[in-house]
Amino acid sequence: MAKPRIATTSLAGCFGCHMSLLDIDERILQLAELVEFDRSPIDDVKRIAGRCNIGLIEGGCCNEENVAVLRHFREHCDVLVSVGDCATMGGVPAMRNLVPLSECLREAYLDGPTVHNPGKRLPDDPELPLLLNRVYCCHEVVAVDYHLPGCPPSADTLWAAVVALLQGTPVTLPYGLLKFD
Amino acid sequence: MSTDHARTVSQICATYGNDATRLLDICRQVQGTLGCVDDDSIDAIAATLELPRVEVESLVTFYSFLSKQKKGRVVIRLCNDIIDRLLGFDQVLAAFSEELGIEPGQTTADGITLETTACIGMSDQAPAALVNEVPVTELNSDRARLIVRELRRHMDPRRLVTKLGDGNNAHELVRSMVWNNIRRHSSAADDPSGATAGPRLILSPNTRPEAMRKALSISPAEVIRAIKTSRLRGRGGAGFPTGMKWEFTRAAPGTRKVVICNADEGEPGTFKDRVLLTERPDRIFAGMTIAGYAIGANEGILYLRAEYAYLVPYLEMVLRKRREAGLLGPDVLGKGKQCFDIRIQMGAGAYVCGEETALISSCEGRRGDPKNRPPFPAQRGYLGLPTCVNNVETLCAVTKIMEEGPASFCEHGNQQSSGTKLLSVSGDCLRPGIYEVEFGTRLSRVLELAGGEDAIAVQVGGPSGQMVGPDRFDHNICFDDLGTGGSVMLFGPRRNLLEVVHAFLEFFEHESCGYCTPCRVGIVQLRLVLERVMAGRGEPGDLDSMERIGKTMRQASRCGLGQTAANPVLSSLKNLRSVYEALVRPAELGRRRGFDLAAAVHLGEVLAGRQSTHT
Repeated sequence: MAKPRIATTSLAGCFGCHMSLLDIDERILQLAELVEFDRSPIDDVKRIAGRCNIGLIEGGCCNEENVAVLRHFREHCDVLVSVGDCATMGGVPAMRNLVPLSECLREAYLDGPTVHNPGKRLPDDPELPLLLNRVYCCHEVVAVDYHLPGCPPSADTLWAAVVALLQGTPVTLPYGLLKFD
Repeated sequence: MSTDHARTVSQICATYGNDATRLLDICRQVQGTLGCVDDDSIDAIAATLELPRVEVESLVTFYSFLSKQKKGRVVIRLCNDIIDRLLGFDQVLAAFSEELGIEPGQTTADGITLETTACIGMSDQAPAALVNEVPVTELNSDRARLIVRELRRHMDPRRLVTKLGDGNNAHELVRSMVWNNIRRHSSAADDPSGATAGPRLILSPNTRPEAMRKALSISPAEVIRAIKTSRLRGRGGAGFPTGMKWEFTRAAPGTRKVVICNADEGEPGTFKDRVLLTERPDRIFAGMTIAGYAIGANEGILYLRAEYAYLVPYLEMVLRKRREAGLLGPDVLGKGKQCFDIRIQMGAGAYVCGEETALISSCEGRRGDPKNRPPFPAQRGYLGLPTCVNNVETLCAVTKIMEEGPASFCEHGNQQSSGTKLLSVSGDCLRPGIYEVEFGTRLSRVLELAGGEDAIAVQVGGPSGQMVGPDRFDHNICFDDLGTGGSVMLFGPRRNLLEVVHAFLEFFEHESCGYCTPCRVGIVQLRLVLERVMAGRGEPGDLDSMERIGKTMRQASRCGLGQTAANPVLSSLKNLRSVYEALVRPAELGRRRGFDLAAAVHLGEVLAGRQSTHT
């Protein structure tokens, strides 16, 4: 039987959740045994090559490309998991939701005290994805099957969740893995 | 701050004996005199009453009839209740706005302020507005323009009233254009015998001292027993047995106790208390006096909503006459058994003050914040004293029970709900108004009486009650079936019911005190999901999520407002689910239908000066 395939991505996040995934330490060898990594920053594959069993999403959607990637994941993954507070709730990037987008950009690129921008241009390179009016959490954009809270979720939390999904057992995490204080 | 200004404020404080528990009255009077309670006035009041400044400011910002910004000499408050909206609110508001040359919330140079406000208790003659304290009813865009032109001529709202209403609305101390619209079950012409005219208990003619004479001739315990025998339950909506409430208050330790009559009637679509206050004030005051005798209270407070301020001179006159007749005062009826008097406490525009603990806070001169229970008001209420809060209609029933005896009262209604109920019927029907029906009357019968048989939905009990569809029109008006504080709103075949639900959520969003999270956040979340569904971007899961949010609010909110604020959604989802289901579709490719990429990226496109390649 072919190994289950897993894909991961970081949208409007800080890669902290991926760092936490790497924090599973030597269990990463076990994981490599258990699964085939499809698209992921871990192997630097850019497009999902085949149908995946699990998709792990870090970060919410702050631009149009995030939305496209998230939809791509939804279409190609059986089970989609929002990993971490940015994916589940918008997190730190969503703090900009309290300020209109145009004001955010003006402060960052035109009016801020340390800004040097003699041309008074907002970033408009065609390579840059367009920003959304606000930051959306993942389940506002696509249907999401599981939410793993935490900033980031601990390595043990991620490990327990992924193993349960791979083994087809219920994802019931003990309280200790879901409490943060 | 000018010295004149400061003197005015300190004089007003002195009128109320510099008593901090009268802070609400003081702020009302400052508002009335100066057109606002601004920062300087707040400072002056806080200093005079030796209160923390924040306490005064938070009170001023809590009540919608008080403001820190200066209002005009004349304030037009147009009622934005759902019934008014169905009957032309938008057009009337546009006409006012255009004629005055201002937006709602603004004031003209010549001193006229335009505002909108929650239900003012005139749903049977909507659209309606208050011009200062004067109600103007049955408005249309034309009348709105005339009102503005006339006000500009004399700036005297009282002169807007040319035709007087019926009954005591025409009394010289009222002089109002409001109509009582008390409906008989059949006209005299249809049925000369009057056999189908329906019962008249609460609305029957009043024999002034009769009930009190009977009450004072027996012991307080016997009065309570009579009320218990009548099986009277509270008419405000919750239906708590009145006799039991009295017994608890009587049993509570302490010599100083208080009776409060809840005349805050803020539930949208209710106006029966307004009619009782106009036509049967003696019956209300007698009920309060009897309650006072039964529980051992010497003080009575009539908590009157600000919207009914036009009735105050008349009610004060009735109280004065009762004092002169010995029905109130140091020795009621000269029997040496009771000392009792009543004062009127005015509200200042806050729906939540209809909730009894919030009402007590308001009487104490505070923000109308609900209090934690226990202790219940019967133990510790107004100023910490054992307090009994009863609805206007309940107290009228008390008087009637003492007049005629509990047995004849129980002949009406059914086992769980004895007597009659006043219904305030409004909306899409031929004969909106007040109906006195026996408990146990079918809703379909009420629709028939009012001429609204083609309704597609009825909101029973106001926004905090329930919305029912035709399959439940055969249910009965009573505490155990279709419970209501009196509001019955009819919606005809052309109405969009989700707009009605949406209007109710907006109402609760405005009236929530914001203290507890389930209510403050839950209402907004419900509204956002509902708006998604109404825009055709909902999914079946959205209906479940609304139910989940609503149930959490019901369980976890601190007071009755939050516990019932989800009812418009929960009851319409339960009784009229097909209306929602017609609008939702499952997501395709797992994409949430509520997310509109084109709309979300539009601003980004404008700012970057190019089109998205993803939409």
